[in-house]
Amino acid sequence: MHIDQLEKRWAGIALGIAGLFVAVILGSALVHGIHAPSNVETIDSAKLHLSEEFAEDKLGASTNPDGSVTVRMVAGRYGFYPKTLTLPAETKITFRWVSLDVIHGVHIPMTNMSTMIVPGYVAQVQTELHHAGDYPLLCNEYCGMGHAHMWSNIKVVSKAQWEALNKQGGANHG
Amino acid sequence: MDNSVEKKLALTHFWVAFAAFGLAAVMGLYQVIERSGFFSFLESREVYYASVSTHGVLMGFVLTTFFIMGFGYYVATSTLKLPVWNKTFAWTGFGVALVGVVMAALPLLFGQASVLFTFYPPLKAHPLFYIGATLLVVGSWFWCVSMIVMYTQWKKANPGVPVPLAMFATTGNAILWLWTSAGVAAEVLFQLIPWALGWIDTIDAGLARTLFAWTLHPIVYFWLIPTYTAFYCLVPKQAGGFLFSDEMARAAFILLVVFSLPIGFHHLYMDPEQGHGWKILHAVGTFVVTLPTFITGFTVIASLEIAGRLRGGQGLFGWIAALPWNNPMVLALILGLLMLIFGGFGGLINASYAMNAMVHNTAWISGHFHLIFGGTTIIMYFGIAYYFWPVLSGKPLYCPSLAIAQLWSWFIGMIIMTTPWHILGLLGQPRRIDSVHYNNLLTLSWEPYEVTMIFGGLILLGSAGLLIYILYKTQTSQESYQGEVEYAEPIHAVKDLPGYLNSFGLWNAIIAVFMLIAFGYPILQFFLMETFGSGRWGV
Repeated sequence: MHIDQLEKRWAGIALGIAGLFVAVILGSALVHGIHAPSNVETIDSAKLHLSEEFAEDKLGASTNPDGSVTVRMVAGRYGFYPKTLTLPAETKITFRWVSLDVIHGVHIPMTNMSTMIVPGYVAQVQTELHHAGDYPLLCNEYCGMGHAHMWSNIKVVSKAQWEALNKQGGANHG
Repeated sequence: MDNSVEKKLALTHFWVAFAAFGLAAVMGLYQVIERSGFFSFLESREVYYASVSTHGVLMGFVLTTFFIMGFGYYVATSTLKLPVWNKTFAWTGFGVALVGVVMAALPLLFGQASVLFTFYPPLKAHPLFYIGATLLVVGSWFWCVSMIVMYTQWKKANPGVPVPLAMFATTGNAILWLWTSAGVAAEVLFQLIPWALGWIDTIDAGLARTLFAWTLHPIVYFWLIPTYTAFYCLVPKQAGGFLFSDEMARAAFILLVVFSLPIGFHHLYMDPEQGHGWKILHAVGTFVVTLPTFITGFTVIASLEIAGRLRGGQGLFGWIAALPWNNPMVLALILGLLMLIFGGFGGLINASYAMNAMVHNTAWISGHFHLIFGGTTIIMYFGIAYYFWPVLSGKPLYCPSLAIAQLWSWFIGMIIMTTPWHILGLLGQPRRIDSVHYNNLLTLSWEPYEVTMIFGGLILLGSAGLLIYILYKTQTSQESYQGEVEYAEPIHAVKDLPGYLNSFGLWNAIIAVFMLIAFGYPILQFFLMETFGSGRWGV
């Protein structure tokens, strides 16, 4: 068997390149805590309205004792509910997404909030939103004829504004 | 050896492949125009999604499968100098696959299967769609059996002799496809068909996605291997040189077959039904499978350099100019490699566990796979077609300079279409939308890119039409042509090849272990935890 010296050297370099990529990715995943939705948690999508967590009056943002925020959202053809939502910037946010019908996907452009929403499963994503402003929530997985019409809006406000709003109440309903 | 029947077999497969391609290209232009929203009279989401579903099935399943089968039959008979084993069996496989395509096409064209080529249960299509798709795969299994039987026949007759490289790669592809298609076959047979027919009431979308992911990555290597086979075994000869290393080519093909299989979860990074650890395991495997492509890039470019220098090219880059740019195979390779560099860069981003979150399911992804599949893989299919058509039909190629213009136009059209497509993804545009109705300022930034894409689509359709025209004019020519495909010789003759570079036994065992590790528990978990299936949903 004949393997050229150059070819051997190149194979070594290629191995090094791939190894470097793997090291960077593992580093970012393990050290920086990349939270792809991997919670493997099942739920009966046909009975969300009866569930403890995703009944209509439980949806939207709620503040946890440690100051972080949990957002519970239902995706269904064709929208994300609640349809509008106000969230604080620079705050640890845990999104919990469920579908009431078919597969959807959701992302907030210019952020790393992205997940598939598969019926039968709860998709949990942790992130922080850094910039105040109005953002769309867009469905990014084909879910039927209205796929391109499936969106909702969120408003990100500064932490101080969020706290002021929360004192008055009703921040999560419009 | 009279191989006229083999040639007819290959040519018939090729015609089905390129007929599907031509039809799908027309749909592609319609889609890029419709979704821009600039022509309101065209807007119809029913037609759009029927078209997208059909376009995906024709390009991804029909063009590829029939092309690969036709290519394999000719490679097997010409490299092994054997007649195609049991021709009735081969034609039966062709017939089964074709019947499957027609069965699937009916509901697709009538809008009864607008679930896209990735199925997406619990969206439900007409059962004929799933049954037709299954028959297409079953037909391709006939081809796999043919390839493996011929390879085995030859090895028995030539013990210890290296299997010709092109046939080694083709047999590897047949084995790869058997492993690959097992995932989607399980999804269709045990989940989709019984559920679509009403025999079972619910379907677990998480399990279905996991089984589809089994297939979804290696299927792109099934499509790519004929292209790489041409890179290694055909182009160096066409360029006037030699293959730089036969042994490294074999190693690359083996790595492709083994490592493209256990890594499908990079399609599920953003899915909730699989855990962190499994995703990271598949992410690491995804980077291992970049190795054979790095090796291919090196070996193929080195082979071109040998050719360029033999043709009198001087200096560091002079050999590039000395290459025969007017040879369709050589040009297809050069343009294919350029698109592989751009597309491979995008692929590394998608494969990155964290960065993927920024592009997942955005227009970036559609741009990526059009560039790397529609670009790199398919442009070499064109190059192969221009080389094989005269050999298979016995007629000289119609107007070779037109073929060169066609390849350039495909490359230019693909760059013009996919560059803005990538940018749209970075600007947040979701993929697979038929129109832009979001009540948001962000969408204004999308418009110039939507316009540019239409020009790309126009060029691509013109290029596709030109391809079909050239092949048709070649086939119907009154002149005749005699010749066979010539395979590249390695610069160092292959001798005393170790057994593991000349057979697949060991590698099949390794694949079995890898698949058990990569997919064993992730599939088993659905039977261990309490899951809730979904009913049937229309589109």
